[in-house]
Amino acid sequence: MAKRVAVVGTGQTFHKSHRPDVNGQELINEAVQRALEDADLTLKDIDAIVIGNMDHFEGINYVDCWSVDGSGGTMKPIIKLTTGGTTGSTLAIGGYHITASGLFDKVLVIGWEKNSESDTTGAITTAFDPVWDRLVFAGAIAALAAEGMAYMTEFGITDRDAARVSVRDRKHACNNPHAQLRKEITIEDVLASPMLSDPVHLLDVCPRTDGACAVIMASEDVAEKICPNPAWIWGTANRHTYTYVGDFKLGEIDSMKYAAAELWKKCGIREPRKEIDVIELYQPYSFAGIIWIEAMGIIPRGKGSEYIWSGATDMGGELPINPSGGVIACNPIGATGLIRCAEACGQIRGKADQRQVPDVKLAVSTGFGGCYWTDILLYGKKKPS
Amino acid sequence: MCADLSGIEPVIYKSGINVPYHWWAGDTASAFLTALRDRQTITAIKCGSCGMVFVPPRKTCPQCFTPNTQWLEVGPLGTVTAFTVARKQLAAIKDTVPVVFALVKLDGASTSMLHKLLLQNPSLAKAGMRVKPRFAQDRTGTILDIQGFEPA
Ligand SMILES: [Zn+2]
Repeated sequence: MAKRVAVVGTGQTFHKSHRPDVNGQELINEAVQRALEDADLTLKDIDAIVIGNMDHFEGINYVDCWSVDGSGGTMKPIIKLTTGGTTGSTLAIGGYHITASGLFDKVLVIGWEKNSESDTTGAITTAFDPVWDRLVFAGAIAALAAEGMAYMTEFGITDRDAARVSVRDRKHACNNPHAQLRKEITIEDVLASPMLSDPVHLLDVCPRTDGACAVIMASEDVAEKICPNPAWIWGTANRHTYTYVGDFKLGEIDSMKYAAAELWKKCGIREPRKEIDVIELYQPYSFAGIIWIEAMGIIPRGKGSEYIWSGATDMGGELPINPSGGVIACNPIGATGLIRCAEACGQIRGKADQRQVPDVKLAVSTGFGGCYWTDILLYGKKKPS
Repeated sequence: MCADLSGIEPVIYKSGINVPYHWWAGDTASAFLTALRDRQTITAIKCGSCGMVFVPPRKTCPQCFTPNTQWLEVGPLGTVTAFTVARKQLAAIKDTVPVVFALVKLDGASTSMLHKLLLQNPSLAKAGMRVKPRFAQDRTGTILDIQGFEPA
């Protein structure tokens, strides 16, 4: 029987567009030291390490091996997980599985990226099929733009509606000292920013970031001894639907729809909008803030924009989304999904400082990969039954 | 095993992707590399807990997991701990073969540094031999600011 698992400590770097003062493993170390401090543990207490990034963003492979000075992996069991954009959320799910196995009591989970070290689109393109997609592929932004365009066409929303999502996240980011972009923007700013790929403007998309995040997970045998109010992982789900770019359903994201439905069912969530207190959504561009919460079952299809305009997802609203400022304010890719996990757990543990949502009992984090994959995790204040 | 390709023309795609990576060395490595470039000195960093002296320098001691802060100078003389002679010219080898790759433990260091031996005759290479660095004329802040090590 699997063990129940809780998050007992988290740590992040202060994410920046570029960190010339540290190399990859030195960056990793900053997050690891902060997570150990948060859990009041030392490296000796850690039984195993799970680490990941997207190798092709730095062009240095095998981070599980070369980063042990930073990760603390010297003479410990360590494994790498990497799944593209979902790397960070896969790390959270993988760390959960390893801890739940009962073989390791305390597992250190690390996600990181130095996006400043490569040409992001060039690197991303290496993940696509060389025969069918690469010769005609215009990069990640264009793939997202196609989804936004399809949704606009079906429901008649405009780029002004999407811009409202960017405005929300950038406002929230001002409360988060770890976020990269901490300056408020207006709808007009978004619409006046350069058009990257119709209908996506510069301020509709995530930046490129250097940063790392570490999360310490503990089995039910030790979790409450380490942390009096840990964030319990209630369940996880993920879906992949894609081989070639033409495979995914434009304007409604199937991987989110089926992953979320499975998670709600497993965890007994009947009305996610009413039961969940906060969501950290891996939302790499503004339109996803509308489309993907529909797929998640928060609100009916076609009603996303109205819900965003109502302010329900702002701080103080019915269901705040991205109190951290989310991905539009900060995107160290291999860390991004794990930052969502750390932020959601911080909300449960009441440690989110300026960005704390009051009285959080249930929180959700998600991950998204370039191939329209979705990971989703549910955390609770209560130990799951 | 040989696949039967009769009647099949196997189409091959060549990579057209060239990703322009650039790597930040970080403050610790930069301190080492600029000392090498500007002063032709080889520096090391020492762990305050276990006393290990690292070349190349590292910000954190992998055993003690504590920050290293104490810089010192090592060498310039050192000892070859192991070597090999590369005799096949590969794309990754910039010099003309034979090239002698060696681990050199500089005097005062606990760890060895990977570099090259500059020898007229590679058969003169020996583990345990004493060597000294030959610095490059044009130094740009890489470990090739040491051209290689030659017999002391
Ligand atoms: Zn030490």
